[in-house]
Amino acid sequence: MSAVIHEDHHHEGPPAGFKRWLYSTNHKDIGTMYLIFALVMLFIGGGMAMIIRAELFMPGVQIVNPDLYNNLLTDHALIMIFGMVMPAAAGMANWMIPMMIGAPDMALPRMNNMSFWLLPAAAILLLSSLLVQFIPGTGVPINTGWTLYPPLSVQTGMGMDLLIFSVHLLGISSIMASINIVTTILNMRAPGMPLMKMPLFVWAWLFTGLLLIIVMPVLAGGVTMLLFDRHFGTSFFDAAGGGDPVLFQHLFWFFGHPEVYVLLLPSIGVLGLVIPTFSRKPLFGYKPLVFFMGFLFALGLVVWAHHQYTIGMSLGATMYFMIGTILISIPVGLMLFNFIFTMWRGSMTFETPMLFAIAIILMFSFAGVTGVMLAVVPADLQYHDTYFVVAHFHYALIPGAVFGLYAGVFYWLPKWTGHMYNEKLGKIFFWWTTLSFNLTFFPQHFSGLAGMPRRIVDYNIQYIEFNQISSIGGFLFGLSHLLFLYIIIKTVKGGEKAADKPWEGAQIGTPGLEWTLPSPPPFHSFTTPPQIK
Amino acid sequence: MSTAEQNYFIPEPSRWPAVAVVGLFFLVLGFALWMNGVSLGPVSTGIGLLVIIYLFFGWFGDVIDESLTSKYNHDVDRSFRQGMFWFITSEVSFFATFFGCLFYFRNISLPWLGGEGQLGVSNILWEGFTYTWPLINLPDVTNYTQLIEPMGAGGIPAYNTIILLSSGVTVTWAHWGLKKGNRAQLVWGLIATIALGMLFFALQAYEYYHAYAELGLTLNSGIYGSTFYMLTGFHGFHVTMGTIMLMVICARSMKGHFTAENHFAFEGVAWYWHFVDVVWLGLYLFVYWL
Ligand code: HEM
Ligand SMILES: [Cu+2]
Repeated sequence: MSAVIHEDHHHEGPPAGFKRWLYSTNHKDIGTMYLIFALVMLFIGGGMAMIIRAELFMPGVQIVNPDLYNNLLTDHALIMIFGMVMPAAAGMANWMIPMMIGAPDMALPRMNNMSFWLLPAAAILLLSSLLVQFIPGTGVPINTGWTLYPPLSVQTGMGMDLLIFSVHLLGISSIMASINIVTTILNMRAPGMPLMKMPLFVWAWLFTGLLLIIVMPVLAGGVTMLLFDRHFGTSFFDAAGGGDPVLFQHLFWFFGHPEVYVLLLPSIGVLGLVIPTFSRKPLFGYKPLVFFMGFLFALGLVVWAHHQYTIGMSLGATMYFMIGTILISIPVGLMLFNFIFTMWRGSMTFETPMLFAIAIILMFSFAGVTGVMLAVVPADLQYHDTYFVVAHFHYALIPGAVFGLYAGVFYWLPKWTGHMYNEKLGKIFFWWTTLSFNLTFFPQHFSGLAGMPRRIVDYNIQYIEFNQISSIGGFLFGLSHLLFLYIIIKTVKGGEKAADKPWEGAQIGTPGLEWTLPSPPPFHSFTTPPQIK
Repeated sequence: MSTAEQNYFIPEPSRWPAVAVVGLFFLVLGFALWMNGVSLGPVSTGIGLLVIIYLFFGWFGDVIDESLTSKYNHDVDRSFRQGMFWFITSEVSFFATFFGCLFYFRNISLPWLGGEGQLGVSNILWEGFTYTWPLINLPDVTNYTQLIEPMGAGGIPAYNTIILLSSGVTVTWAHWGLKKGNRAQLVWGLIATIALGMLFFALQAYEYYHAYAELGLTLNSGIYGSTFYMLTGFHGFHVTMGTIMLMVICARSMKGHFTAENHFAFEGVAWYWHFVDVVWLGLYLFVYWL
């Protein structure tokens, strides 16, 4: 029987040609594909944002017609969430989790590859849902926003069907990826790596995976019912037939609110590694942090209707959702405090990942503050569907999710490529994105408080200044990503050789096993269970 | 054996995941086109289906080969089990969604529409609308067809409950056979389970026919019909998948693929079948009976 095992080509390199990628069963290669896909989608979704900001530079309709505008807006959100943040986080999970916990690969490597390749297929459907409007006779473009509320979404044309099926493929992909990650974490840890010694990133992904397994099917169910209402005469979302359009909102946000934690948690996990490394101190309160994430996981599942305060809920329900939502700021705030206390009296250095980490703490707290404002019902009745909400969630998502991923990219690029990135360019990129991000979204708080509605191509002339500042900031923000691309390509191609442990403080606290491997690691990281001292 | 326990197993590069994606892509693209009357739609769906059938033979074939040549060790087996467990968890969530919708209509939105409680809106929307379940008289029937009579809980649904429950027993009996190493009991238990599954399917198909032809209970007959078909339809789909899986397992049992220690595939299917069983109990209770 042992002969069979030795034939497994464990010590061979990757297969040649396209088969290496298309047929891959290697967690690093699949991780790389996820990351490249996310980068491509970042530019496609970003391009849409540029069109949106260009259109909003002036009131009136200049570049895109109102329906196309709303379709671009819808796809911008879906691409950034499903095409960019989630795949990037999944790519990092693929690369790092097996190495961190001393596993040979993901638990189910073939399914892993399927999870990835579903994404390009879904992206093709999503982009055709945008383009199909240029074919005559395909009906109204998707003008609903990413929330897809009926009755509007029942009335739109063929694009909506393509979008619904795209969401199905994305859902299958995320569920399979999550099953894989959760199984890997629970079953594949090397002896001597108990749960409570796992790096925080692994914990973060465990909760993320569980959340996705629970909420993705709900979204799938919701859009399936939408599909039936559109084509098969059912009345789920039509009150005349006994249904209720508001039900879709409940389904959507039962998925949608946990989804924001899906986007947030992996980045919190990255912070939990970056901050101890560059503070040269163990994480302050590792166990409480795990506990807070668990609390966030549980509470996140039961507060969804704070997105729907204006639908006319009963007083009791409104109170419940308000209090629940405000409670969420407690674990979130405590997590940030843990990070701050980790830095307290550490011997800190400010490499690019650390700069991002510190900026995240500052800017994400800001989103927490606007979040609590929005959670308060009487206030939200004013703010709802204004640019204030847009400002809130961009402060939550760009620092909270995207910058955390950037921190991860800079933190791990040496490990992935074997080369150090150019620290000076990294720092320029950091300051450029951070400043232009604030320039873009800070003014939207004011235009929102002054009443500017979201998801409309045109606006009242009183908002011109705010919008022009936003647009200029937006273009600068977009531009900064060319530098990001340049840094990445340059690092992949060459540069100073990275040590196995490129960061001095990387082994402090609860490290994974990734730093015991060479940079870049061999094609198969571990072939027998590593021993942990 | 000792090396197998110490070394990790990683499958060779495989074409099947990519084939699966191609199949799914054409399948759903075809659906989207078909629903909009594009003539290429059915073609695309057909291609997708063929690819998926090819896929099943190929991918399962590989896995079965690997299992028979003892490439899997204890850890791989446990990964499969845990993976199946989380898959069924997501399925629970999927059905919970539809049950949740049913409860929402019955206990929250329809009573409001009928004017009950703080948020009663009947006077604004449809004066005189009264809420009953099953909902026979819709608020506004213009775009819908009139339901004549709701589905009762006696007769076919009751038989189906008995059938599915006994199929749970037969599959467990088969499992006992497997554990004892009694292949005849294993195979006959599975054959009985499959037969019961097919019987269920046939009765369900007849019930749908009856509902459409005589009761006026259709997808288009308002929220009662919508929820009825959504819940029973997705359940029926799962029964069908489960029956196909049972057939595969049965064929493999006849070939003697399973041993008392090593039979993850059997257990995975058995779990799935029990899950489908439990969903039916919920259906019988809340869709047919109460
Ligand atoms: C302290 C924690 C937070 C609180 C109390 C909070 C509260 C809220 C509330 C009440 C809304 C609804 C506003 C409205 O539509 O009127 C909202 C919207 C939103 N929040 Fe948060 N939030 C918090 C954190 C986050 C985080 C961590 C993320 C993502 C990483 C996030 C992403 C979003 C998004 C995307 C929306 C808008 C969705 C849409 O309407 O399209 N929030 N938040
Ligand atoms: Cu929320």
